[in-house]
Amino acid sequence: MEAWNHEAFTGWSTELGEALAWVRPEKIVDLCRYLHDEQGFERLSGVTAIDRYPLEPRFEVLYLLHSISRNLRLKLKVALPGSDPVVPTVTTVWEGANWYERETFDLFGVRFEGHPNLKRLLLPEDWEGHPLRRDFPVHGHKYSYQNE
Amino acid sequence: MSDPELSTSTALAPESGAAQATTRRMVLNMGPQHPSTHGVLRIVLELDGEIVRKAGPEIGFLHTGIEKQAEALNWQQVVTLTDRMDYLSNLGNNLAYALPVEKLLQIEIPPQAQWMRVLLTELSRINSHAVWLGTHALDLGAMTVYFYCFREREDILRIFELFSGQRMMTSYIRIGGLALEPPRGWQQAVRKFIDALPSKIDEYEDLLNANPIFLRRVQGVGHLPLERLLALGVTGPMIRAAGLKWDIRKAEPYSSYEKFDFEIPVYQESDVWARYRVRLEEMRQSCRIVRQALDGMPEGPWKADAPHVVLPDREKMKTQMEALIYHFKIVTEGFRVPAGEAYVPTESPRGEIGFYVVSDGTSKPLRVFMRTPSFGNLQALPALFEGNLVADSVAALGSMDFVLGDVDR
Repeated sequence: MEAWNHEAFTGWSTELGEALAWVRPEKIVDLCRYLHDEQGFERLSGVTAIDRYPLEPRFEVLYLLHSISRNLRLKLKVALPGSDPVVPTVTTVWEGANWYERETFDLFGVRFEGHPNLKRLLLPEDWEGHPLRRDFPVHGHKYSYQNE
Repeated sequence: MSDPELSTSTALAPESGAAQATTRRMVLNMGPQHPSTHGVLRIVLELDGEIVRKAGPEIGFLHTGIEKQAEALNWQQVVTLTDRMDYLSNLGNNLAYALPVEKLLQIEIPPQAQWMRVLLTELSRINSHAVWLGTHALDLGAMTVYFYCFREREDILRIFELFSGQRMMTSYIRIGGLALEPPRGWQQAVRKFIDALPSKIDEYEDLLNANPIFLRRVQGVGHLPLERLLALGVTGPMIRAAGLKWDIRKAEPYSSYEKFDFEIPVYQESDVWARYRVRLEEMRQSCRIVRQALDGMPEGPWKADAPHVVLPDREKMKTQMEALIYHFKIVTEGFRVPAGEAYVPTESPRGEIGFYVVSDGTSKPLRVFMRTPSFGNLQALPALFEGNLVADSVAALGSMDFVLGDVDR
């Protein structure tokens, strides 16, 4: 697979038996299309993000791919900066990416460019902030207890 | 009904062939408080007469921020949160969470604990399918089945109570093994239940398989081709009812599932009827697995030999210095998990459940992503609804078997 396009990858590793490839954000759709059409990865198990705050690049968008026919799993990761995290959508490849990307947008604030309906999914539409970011407090949201 | 345009769209069209009035679509709000949505799910239906043209599910009413909460608790405490996601398959969730963390910790789970985990998750699979069958049949007007299924569910919950002291939020499967030693007399309790179960599954079939109302409401309803289901991210019994023989317990065995002998039921029709038959057959297969686990239960310890993770025995704490130190460290700080990331897919009653855990080497997770089956399955709802009758939508909805706690987390 690496031979397909070296430029798409920035890294490659296998830890605890799980294969992981780091992908450039602009190449993710092409790569997913290739994996889906020619490598038999017919399922997208999930999309989510990991917040490495305060490190940079802050966000890692994670794609869990699965091929039932080859009984193979593959993780793809895209590193995104904290200031303006944007990555192209893969809903054109797997329809089911829709809600996963919406959830990631909702909870992390990562924008998926070209997504058909990028609105908040789990939280109310007027919610402020993205709760799964590491700098969002678990308790005491909107309240400061320091002056009391 | 005073609106003339609205009434023409809902009433029967006149047979005289008069010029068709411009029909207006009716928007109907189903839920969030509706008995057949099985939880707080809101669906905005756009109706053209009796046909659903557009269905927009809205979720999030049960969102409690479990993934965020997990980052504030230590590794072992997160087990209690997993109980509260999919409240029909608590032990399956416990197991799905424990496996990747144990993978990061690289600890070996002794055979008895592994087999006991299999036994308990299969019991909770039977429990979940029984609840599904009861409520699904109730939606379709077969009320008796509901009481039969809940009778069996009650028996399973008593077994869980025997093991853990809790009926639903058991938290019995922990990182490193089990929470407590299996109680005295558990073999008799499980055997009594498992001996009686096959005849009870026959009873459900007697009530439903020849019931013309039930058959007319499920056969050929809610059809979706396999490719579409896969693209939408559907897993579990819905995939197997569409003809794909894929079960994670067989494909990627975990917790010694490879040592058990069972079949994967597959049907081709991909309708509500096929999903019903797949789940009923799965109950029989789970029954087989439980029986094998019961008969072949290995002897030995029920928790791993990893003193830095597993709490020491009470006796040792009173006699050994090291045990007391470990106890103090685990209780006050929690154990540390080596930095890394792991994902172990498992087969829940609804499909693929897996926890993607990320550790930065401290005693709390950096991130726990919960890949829940209900979330993926629910995305197929518009595809199942659109173009079909309103009355069939309840049957199709029930056949998806989702748990809203699992969807919203």
